[in-house]
Amino acid sequence: MDWSALSVSLRLAAFTCFILLPIAIWLGRSLAYARFRGKGLCEALIALPLVLPPTVLGFYLLLSFGRDAPVGSFWAAMTGSGLNFTFTGILLASLVANLPFAVQPIQRAFEHVPHNLREAAWCSGLSPWQTLLRIELPLVWPGIMSAAALTFAHTLGEFGVILMVGGAIDGETRTLAIAIYDRVQAFDEQGAAQMSALLMLVSFITLGLVYGLAGRRRWVRG
Amino acid sequence: MVWPGAGGGYVADSRITEPVFGPIAGLSVAVNQTGPIPLAAEFVCQPGELLALVGPSGSGKTTLLRTIAGLYRPQGGRVECTGEVWFDAERKHSLSPQRRQVGIVFQDYALFPHLTASQNIQLPLRYLPQPQRREQAEQWLAKVRLDGLGKRYPNALSGGQRQRVALARALARDPKVLLLDEPFSAVDQVTRRRLQRELALLRQQIDIPIVLVTHDLEEAAALADQICVLHNGVSLQQDAPDVLFRRPLSPLVARLLDRHNLFEGIVVDEYGKRRLRWGENYLEVAEGLDNLTLGEKVTWYLPPSDIVLHRRGRPSHGERENPVVATVSELVVLGGITSVSLSVNHGDMLRFDIATHAARRNQLTSGAVVKVSLLAAGIYLLPGHQVRADAHDKRK
Repeated sequence: MDWSALSVSLRLAAFTCFILLPIAIWLGRSLAYARFRGKGLCEALIALPLVLPPTVLGFYLLLSFGRDAPVGSFWAAMTGSGLNFTFTGILLASLVANLPFAVQPIQRAFEHVPHNLREAAWCSGLSPWQTLLRIELPLVWPGIMSAAALTFAHTLGEFGVILMVGGAIDGETRTLAIAIYDRVQAFDEQGAAQMSALLMLVSFITLGLVYGLAGRRRWVRG
Repeated sequence: MVWPGAGGGYVADSRITEPVFGPIAGLSVAVNQTGPIPLAAEFVCQPGELLALVGPSGSGKTTLLRTIAGLYRPQGGRVECTGEVWFDAERKHSLSPQRRQVGIVFQDYALFPHLTASQNIQLPLRYLPQPQRREQAEQWLAKVRLDGLGKRYPNALSGGQRQRVALARALARDPKVLLLDEPFSAVDQVTRRRLQRELALLRQQIDIPIVLVTHDLEEAAALADQICVLHNGVSLQQDAPDVLFRRPLSPLVARLLDRHNLFEGIVVDEYGKRRLRWGENYLEVAEGLDNLTLGEKVTWYLPPSDIVLHRRGRPSHGERENPVVATVSELVVLGGITSVSLSVNHGDMLRFDIATHAARRNQLTSGAVVKVSLLAAGIYLLPGHQVRADAHDKRK
């Protein structure tokens, strides 16, 4: 059992969720309410990681993380270190790869909030921020929960993009999914089976918890 | 973040909230813009008064309501309420909906589905400490006869109960004006009648201007002190219901109010007296004829209540006033009321309603020849220059 791989996977999934959800709430809300030219283009760009082969996405990320590419050189100038084959690198890659999984459920949820509920809140004296916190967020909560669940589970299972950008450095970029692949390559079927079962269990528990929490609200009926 | 009251160079300037023409007690609205929704509307509503905005769908009723609330900002116009300027396009001044203190009941009530009835009512009361807030909400629930239902979520309430919660939420804020956007359209007829009665009773307890948007003329006539008729964003006439239904300013207003009996006549002289020639009839008119020139063509209107059917064999009230012979061309029985269409010799159609039993007693049948009187006091002349819908508010 590769405990360091499990730790990398869990850390990666947690950080991805933590950073991505506020971004996704802002993006999803903007896309749900705004009417502007090029909105379809924006949505297509966000959905792109959904359809691209992970190797293609990973390849472009690998290129842009290089020290002579804009993102990589900016990062190097800021921190003095590179992005490729580091935990920060796979975290950035994971944020990009998970964008559609986080944004789309939240955008759909915001689209289903009737517009006049916000107006009713304004006319009740609530500021736009109070309206967001007291009215909109509670109403889109199921969307946020499913975005979190999808992002978390998808990050645990991500393979191609992580492998391209991070390689398989022990304790740094080797996630559980990559460790399983390594075990199979080394004909260690028992190790692969243990880790696979663990990955499945963790994913199942995560999804179960999240969906359970999201569904436990009385007013949802009817 | 979308700030509905800001942007576009608009500010909420506290120096501008003082009105220019001195304080107005009620609500006064003047809106004009060329697009995207053309508007040219003006109306006033005094404290304690209920003003109904009526008109066909797409006439801009809801947009005007949203303008009052600050949810819509037209290109031009002013909104003033109880001596405070809420909106002034000329001076780029607009208060946000949060600061206008309006109570609004949306067409679908817009209750917050994740909050209980009591919490919905408490939301506008957030400036109060929690226990007081709950107590106030309880009082409001009792006022709208929903005691004990405070813990229910909106989806567990009936349509009528939801409407009451929405009304309580709107009033809980102690608003300066109450806005009702077709509040009775989403409930069944029985509930609607009951809610209308309750609104009429509730009105006696509040003395703020109330603006009701409706396309139901009967509702407007029953509930409103003043009715403002809108068409394509233009306010055509504002008057008390009885005045409006008897004295429509233009044929268009008459049509929008579903008034029939609109005819054309010519001003003539008969034995030294002014008369209105209508086909082969020479009608006596109580007022207005003397101001017109002989030979002038004039549109006139007669409320159906001023058409008196002569009883067979017995003299009727007002029988000698403008007797007209006509043929019954259509009888439509609608329960206790029968709608009668009479064809006058020259082809015009007189329409009025009588009780069904009265129609039977008078043996009204299709094709029968009857006599009616057109009461002189009811005949209302709409001289040519007023046929165009150009007059707005008669009360100014």
